Amino acid sequence: MKDHFFLAFKNLRRRGVRSWLTLIGIFIGIAAVVALITLGNGLRVAAISQFGIESTEIISIQAGGLNAYGPPGSFAVNKLTKDDVDAIQYLSGVEIAVGRQIKSGKLEYNDKVIFGYATSIPEGEKGDFVYEQAGLETEKGNLLDGGDYGKVLLGYNFFANKVGLDREVDVGKIVKIQDENFKVVGITKKKGSFLLDNIVFMAEKDIEDLFETNGYVDIIAAKVKDKDLMDKTKEDIEDLLRKRRDVKKGEEDFEVSTPEATLATVNSILLGIQIFVILIALISIAVGSIGIINTMTTSVLERSKEIGIMKAIGAKNSDIFLQFFFEAGLLGLIGGVIGILIGMGLGILGTNIINDYLGATVAPQINFALVGLSLLGSFLIGSIAGVIPALRAANQNPVEVLRD
Amino acid sequence: MKKKGTKKKKSKPEIFIELKDVKKYYHMGDSIVRAVDGVNVNVRRGDFVAIMGPSGSGKSTAMNLIGSLDLATKGNIYLDKEEIHNFTESELAQIRGKKIGFIFQQFNLIPNLTALENVMLPMVFQKVDEYDRQDIAESLLEKVELGERMDHYPGQLSGGERQRVAIARALANDPEVILADEPTGNLDTKTGEIVLEFLDRLNDEGKTIIMITHDPKLALKHADTIFWLRDGKIQKVTNGNRKAK
Repeated sequence: MKDHFFLAFKNLRRRGVRSWLTLIGIFIGIAAVVALITLGNGLRVAAISQFGIESTEIISIQAGGLNAYGPPGSFAVNKLTKDDVDAIQYLSGVEIAVGRQIKSGKLEYNDKVIFGYATSIPEGEKGDFVYEQAGLETEKGNLLDGGDYGKVLLGYNFFANKVGLDREVDVGKIVKIQDENFKVVGITKKKGSFLLDNIVFMAEKDIEDLFETNGYVDIIAAKVKDKDLMDKTKEDIEDLLRKRRDVKKGEEDFEVSTPEATLATVNSILLGIQIFVILIALISIAVGSIGIINTMTTSVLERSKEIGIMKAIGAKNSDIFLQFFFEAGLLGLIGGVIGILIGMGLGILGTNIINDYLGATVAPQINFALVGLSLLGSFLIGSIAGVIPALRAANQNPVEVLRD
Repeated sequence: MKKKGTKKKKSKPEIFIELKDVKKYYHMGDSIVRAVDGVNVNVRRGDFVAIMGPSGSGKSTAMNLIGSLDLATKGNIYLDKEEIHNFTESELAQIRGKKIGFIFQQFNLIPNLTALENVMLPMVFQKVDEYDRQDIAESLLEKVELGERMDHYPGQLSGGERQRVAIARALANDPEVILADEPTGNLDTKTGEIVLEFLDRLNDEGKTIIMITHDPKLALKHADTIFWLRDGKIQKVTNGNRKAK
């Protein structure tokens, strides 16, 4: 067995470029799967954190659809109002309801202007609720109280100088937002979320004045009293808003979403991506296998004389079979090794890009079981593809191939 | 035991290969080619036999039959007293690897194996222990005076050297018979003569040699017995000059 392996290995070394090209299919397939999995959970973590799903008891409500560009609710024709917030607050299943503003605007610091998002912090316990819900703590300075006018709390990336300014913004500095001066009271701890690390937190009153919100809110967050009442409360909110906005069931111009629903959306998107990538992987592995069958068949023909010689000097059919079988397996294995290297490279690169772009700190998932499985799998793919050519080699008649 | 053949002149040694009224027919379209048509050949242990004939005389077919590479259409072939028809293909391969060493006109070395590895190959198929294999192969290459070139690939060797590697390979499993098919056909006269001297020496050491050739001079000079083949039949059997030397 060891000898057959050795012979197969020897034969591989003299193969031409043509044979290696047929492996492209195998390594694309393996690379796709490995990259997907190396990146996969990073992708999931990143997606979930971007959606800001921290708490599982929060229902969020916004006008319009999720499809609108820009901050949630900003393009809705029929916006949600502070009265809606109060009405929701009075529902029996709701513990607390908070209207939130998410606005895009310009920020100036050290003569450099950037555009970004600002969000509101309400006064009192509603403010605490917002901090709690987002899991926010400070890296430096203090959290902003909803009553602190003229002050802001900045996301971590302002301090890390990753928002496009010339220099980092520290506690105590003054930044200009929509041409008004605000004093920085604190910097939040890094969250690994694009949304939260790049945002400016302002007192609710400040944001209402600055952006002239006229009693409208962009999004309402409602915490349910009991998780088991989540679905019931969701329906209650929908009923309430249909009545208040005078729309029929099925024609809602607003959206009430639970964390489960958001999670399910994230998961179904990720699943879609996974199915797509795996489909590509399967197709390229199939193409690669055909490539191996093809190149092995060619080399059986090219080496038929050699097969005849080996049979003349005592090789049994099984000896010939094993040699070609292992050779095909090794071809597959080499494709697999290249694929794993490329796949891991892509996965790590992709994770770094996600981290850089979103300011997240997701680690690439290097799964050694997967590596082992891919190696085994690629060897098996190769050797299975090699069965027919190897049988063909083994059944060569030595007399016929030795004749010329 | 292996030196038994050296006593060949005292009592008649036993028959090692026997072809009894062997026929080999091929179908070529509608017609039948009678490549070998009723041939009787006896080869005794220690003999140096030449099978002589022009091209198309059926000598290659005869060699395949003698070497148990091919089975007869009719008649019986006995190798070491056993009818080869009774064996499966794999058993035949094993027997062939053990009892017969092949030398071909085209040398037929495996190009991607070194000289040493080529000589080791027949032993791989006989499951000889790895370390023994190497020792045996090295001593055989030294015997054919290629001790210095063991790690060369066939492409790096001259024709004469390649044929000597082939001789070493033929000897790997210490076979009873060396079957040489036009061993000098691709060599110039001088190198051909060197190769034949090796065959002579092996015969002196007791190996049975069967040489297929179209060159009557070679046959006469080296063989004890010459089978003259024409149109698939043996025309005559004569003695060569080897014993006279």
